Amino acid sequence: MTKKEALLKYTLRLADNASILGHRLGEWCGHGPVLEQDIAMTNIALDLIGQARNYYQYAAKLEAAGKTEDDYAYLRDPLDYYNLLLLEQPNGNFAHSIVRQYFFDIFHYLFLTALMSSKDKQLAAIAEKSIKEVTYHKKWSGDWILRLGDGTELSNEKMQTAINVLQTYVGELFLMDEVDEMMVKENIGVDLAPIKEEWTRIVQEHFTEAKLKLPDATWTQKGGKQGYHSEHLGYILADMQYLQRTYPGAVW
Amino acid sequence: MKDWPLWEVFIRSKQGLNHIHAGSLHAADAEMAIENARDVYTRRNEGISIWVVESKHVKASNPEDQGALFDPADNKIYRHPTFYVLPDELKHM
Repeated sequence: MTKKEALLKYTLRLADNASILGHRLGEWCGHGPVLEQDIAMTNIALDLIGQARNYYQYAAKLEAAGKTEDDYAYLRDPLDYYNLLLLEQPNGNFAHSIVRQYFFDIFHYLFLTALMSSKDKQLAAIAEKSIKEVTYHKKWSGDWILRLGDGTELSNEKMQTAINVLQTYVGELFLMDEVDEMMVKENIGVDLAPIKEEWTRIVQEHFTEAKLKLPDATWTQKGGKQGYHSEHLGYILADMQYLQRTYPGAVW
Repeated sequence: MKDWPLWEVFIRSKQGLNHIHAGSLHAADAEMAIENARDVYTRRNEGISIWVVESKHVKASNPEDQGALFDPADNKIYRHPTFYVLPDELKHM
């Protein structure tokens, strides 16, 4: 793998993470538990889709094959998507969506903070632009962790169930492969080992306050970063790509 | 969530301007009311500062008192500064 190929894949992973989670949050539109939270979730969805666009545009420039951001979003199959498995998991109930969001927000914040000092000027600039949005995302999901964890017996139970289910996808956040290692060596990418340590410390501290438990990680689902997905991604893409697949080249 | 109280939201759009009533929303407490207000009322760059106050703390004038309260101001045109000739150099009045 050349450095250029690695950088393209690295960028697409970041793009797909933002795009798929943004799409999932968008599914809450019109279904939120209250109007105000419906808007909060769709605001976060729009932040993420905006970030995804920045990465896709950069990917198009890197690949220099005459593609646009839309080609990446609308014309790739699941095997060519590189998002983390956690992010394609279904919305479930509100607790599932909050836990998924919180797990990623803490990771995302630590990751972008490190990416701001990337040697790659464009990635550093996107990180810097995104960090304010993500600071708010983690405040929003963190507040809900506390409210629902330390809420009623029922809300605590629902949160703990969601944590136990989604925790099996957390390990993948910190797994490094050939692409990551090459990018770290080039001072472009982020070393995930210190991020994992910091993430675990923050989440454990917060969970203790919220009367929740982070189960010990003995095993993790993995493969999303390499293009091997759970069944859910196919459904997301069918929904997301329907229009461009059915009416190729359709525009407003 | 049905028992969440109602909050009145006031937004300051620019430094130096007053907070102006933007609308109302439901939230479990003041902290959540601020966050909800941020999401509902400042999405298009409307604000730099937010106040929230629980609606039950707002004492409103009684509509039946409208006549006694406001009608007397009706025929006192001299309270409007329209009888002065403004010098040309004076702008923005």
